[in-house]
Amino acid sequence: MNAQLTKGNEAIVKAAVLAGARGFYGYPITPASEIAEAAALYFPLAGGVFVQAESEVAAINMLYGGAAAGGRCMTASSGPGISLMQEGFSYLAGAELPCVIADIMRGGPGLGNIAPEQGDYNQIVKGGGHGNYRTLVLAPDSVQEMADLTTLAFDLAERYRNPAVVLADGFIGQMMEPVTFADPRPVAAPPEWAVTGTRESRHNLVSSIYLEPDKLEQHVRKLEAKYQEAERRETRVECWRTDDADVVLVGYGIVGRILKAVVEQARRHGMRVGLLRPITLYPFPVEEVRALSRRARAFAVVEMSTGQLRDDVRLALEGRRPVEFYSRVGGNAPSAEEVLAFVEAKFEALRESEVLVHG
Amino acid sequence: MTSKPDRGLVEFNSEECKGCGLCVEACPPKVLRLSEQLNHYGYHTAEYLGAGCTGCGICFFACPEPGGIAVLRREVAA
Amino acid sequence: MGSFTLTHERPDCFYDRFERKSELQHQTHYCPGCGHGIVHKLLAEAIDGLGVQDRTILVSPVGCSVFGYYYFDVGNVQAAHGRAPAVATALKRSLPDKIVVAYQGDGDLGAIGTAEIVHAANRGEAITVIFVNNGIYGMTGGQMAPTTPLGKKTATTPFGRDALNEGYPLHICELLASLEAPVFLERVGLGNNKQIMGAAKVLRKAMENQVKGLGFSLVEVLSPCPTIWKMDPVEAQRFVREEMAAVFGIGNYRDRTATATPRPARPAPPKLEELPGILGLGNGDRDRLPCGETSAVDYRIRVAGFGGQGVLMLGEVLAEAGLDAGYHVSWLPSYGPEMRSGTSNCHVRLSSRPIDSPLVSQPNVLLALNEPSLHKFLPGVEPGGIVLYNGDAIPEGCGRGDVRMVALPFTRIADQIGVSKAANIVILGALLEATDLVENEQATAALHKLVKSPKWFDIDVQAMERGREEMRKTTMPVSDDYLWGV
Repeated sequence: MNAQLTKGNEAIVKAAVLAGARGFYGYPITPASEIAEAAALYFPLAGGVFVQAESEVAAINMLYGGAAAGGRCMTASSGPGISLMQEGFSYLAGAELPCVIADIMRGGPGLGNIAPEQGDYNQIVKGGGHGNYRTLVLAPDSVQEMADLTTLAFDLAERYRNPAVVLADGFIGQMMEPVTFADPRPVAAPPEWAVTGTRESRHNLVSSIYLEPDKLEQHVRKLEAKYQEAERRETRVECWRTDDADVVLVGYGIVGRILKAVVEQARRHGMRVGLLRPITLYPFPVEEVRALSRRARAFAVVEMSTGQLRDDVRLALEGRRPVEFYSRVGGNAPSAEEVLAFVEAKFEALRESEVLVHG
Repeated sequence: MTSKPDRGLVEFNSEECKGCGLCVEACPPKVLRLSEQLNHYGYHTAEYLGAGCTGCGICFFACPEPGGIAVLRREVAA
Repeated sequence: MGSFTLTHERPDCFYDRFERKSELQHQTHYCPGCGHGIVHKLLAEAIDGLGVQDRTILVSPVGCSVFGYYYFDVGNVQAAHGRAPAVATALKRSLPDKIVVAYQGDGDLGAIGTAEIVHAANRGEAITVIFVNNGIYGMTGGQMAPTTPLGKKTATTPFGRDALNEGYPLHICELLASLEAPVFLERVGLGNNKQIMGAAKVLRKAMENQVKGLGFSLVEVLSPCPTIWKMDPVEAQRFVREEMAAVFGIGNYRDRTATATPRPARPAPPKLEELPGILGLGNGDRDRLPCGETSAVDYRIRVAGFGGQGVLMLGEVLAEAGLDAGYHVSWLPSYGPEMRSGTSNCHVRLSSRPIDSPLVSQPNVLLALNEPSLHKFLPGVEPGGIVLYNGDAIPEGCGRGDVRMVALPFTRIADQIGVSKAANIVILGALLEATDLVENEQATAALHKLVKSPKWFDIDVQAMERGREEMRKTTMPVSDDYLWGV
């Protein structure tokens, strides 16, 4: 297949169908609506189910039902809708149901605006619902990754029997880039634990209630062990020109793309700057951050939120290196030029004039 | 003995009975009662007086416990 | 003495022992005289009677009946508070030939889950809902339910339910009967033998409807809660019969089972190899140069104008044509209310190298379709860049000596071919004439892909040619040494 110029939001839907997803339960919200629109078109044509729910609360609970039946299914929303879905996230994780949720972030808090932001980091990465659970969080920086990480999200969700989130922002959702899609995968048979209304599955139970403290503790420890395994096995990160970097920029999603331009420009200006882009936000690439701290003298986090990502970078570094911070919010994206000016101002002492000569 | 034999028979499962008394209330011929004795859970369980059951099955439906009551009917001679 | 045969015994679809409970595995967890136990038995009788134990999925709610799965030997899914109809919706849609039952209490269905039940009913989901109405919150210890009768004291209405403060008891069957889709709605009671036997029939019918493939069925059961009502079971039964039934009329509120037709089966799914075509992937694509097989260029284009001028579409044509020409491309729109009015702009990049940021903050091509756009974006244009402005002349105070600016009345040119909306494509033609961005053929192919109507495609091809002609007549300020930002 040739690469297809594809909108980020549509790439999610096409990748989901190709990955064998046949259930979509959604509610429109800018800037994620194209996902529901494309799903309304493609899921029925692929022999699947599309339901426009009465609310995000209903949508996430439909997802619970669809996942309980053992099929690959998904929903999508943006900040205000994701807030409403947090009840379902908790139940899905508690009942160990695999499914995929796409969050195309917009400005908040409250109604905020519909322009891109990254303010859902905490509610997705830290878990906005109740109880001891995590969601697996993948953060695409391109339309190609919108497709690839949607496919991966389904695989990880199944491997860990846990909801997986594709966390993108309005820019990635709305922009178009060429995408090469994976080959279609057949719809797999329902897993053994699924409730499918057959004699064989009659004794199966999907539930998150454990009334006895010892039983619930056992269950929470089981979930905890899964998350620890995911932390060991599933961390994904892109390191861009970090081998010789004195300063490591950290950013995800669209910011990662902007920071690549910053890295190139900074290097032309004689600064050894690199980029660490977390692709998984949970599990967070703690080891990778620490590894870079051996060579790098400082880190600078750039995000479209007020320090939500920075907190994780600080936790990973445990004080090993200073962490500078630059952010834009409200729907504004940092331009490469303004981030470059920030980097130059903060790290002027690290500029090496020889680099210019040899560069 | 000239009286006709009872058409039905009711059996209680004292493991399940919680002594709510709904069967006693429901029984049309009024042949059920709550026992003076307690089961090991501490309930006065329902019991059959021993005669007069018509096998209508009403008590079965009135009983909230899945297997609290079973009702039997006499097989009619062919 | 003749022999006896069993006529009424524990239904098969109950577990023999309730092993999911840690203790009292022979008894339900319900209080003595609780209506849930009776409703469970009636439902179990219906499942057995219809022979659907192996096909049934029970969705249990939050509330006293949360543990339905302790008892029913069927597939079990436990739902969040009030969400059983949403969960059941997806189960039924995913498994259309299964029997999906949502079992809910009054707080669950009538308060926190009002939206879910109304919309599941309104969609006509082919499920069966068992709604147990005892007018109180049992599990949480006796707070007011949406169905608590007026005047009743509860833990949260210590002075009695007052219509001025708490509103009126919610009549679910009547509410749902205002909807078109439900097939069967009936309220029954557990107030005496007659009511219980009637309830058994109605419950079976509601299940049978689903077996027949008909639409949404709901049975509301007026049910005793002796513990919270602080009554003995017999007294509670009387309360159902005399007081609950006086507030909530027992009877049928909808029965279209005679005329409803079974839902049509879903068509067979397509074959795996048909999916890419269905998704619009790889159909009718031209052979393309692989990305990166181009001379070293980096076009950073900003297109701006007012909503409705085709700003985003022009950007898309550029990106599509660029992809065809072997460039790495990106297209990033402004979106939202701006799509409908006000200003509109997009960022387009065509590059021989992988694109870092798709945001264009310093364009080397600016296509300004109106004057505000020129004012807004001209200052950011990179020295040596190209600016095409839709106007007779560059407005005063907008001049920049270090960029190559051309003003042409693109909209007026489009008017001349009869379609002012084609101004964006006239600009495209001018841009292609002024640069070697893409070949004419590639732009035409992009238009062909994006413009579905043959009539509009012809107009656009004409518009593009007119743009080229006008540009040829114009003197472009020359800047040979400009290397397109590479």
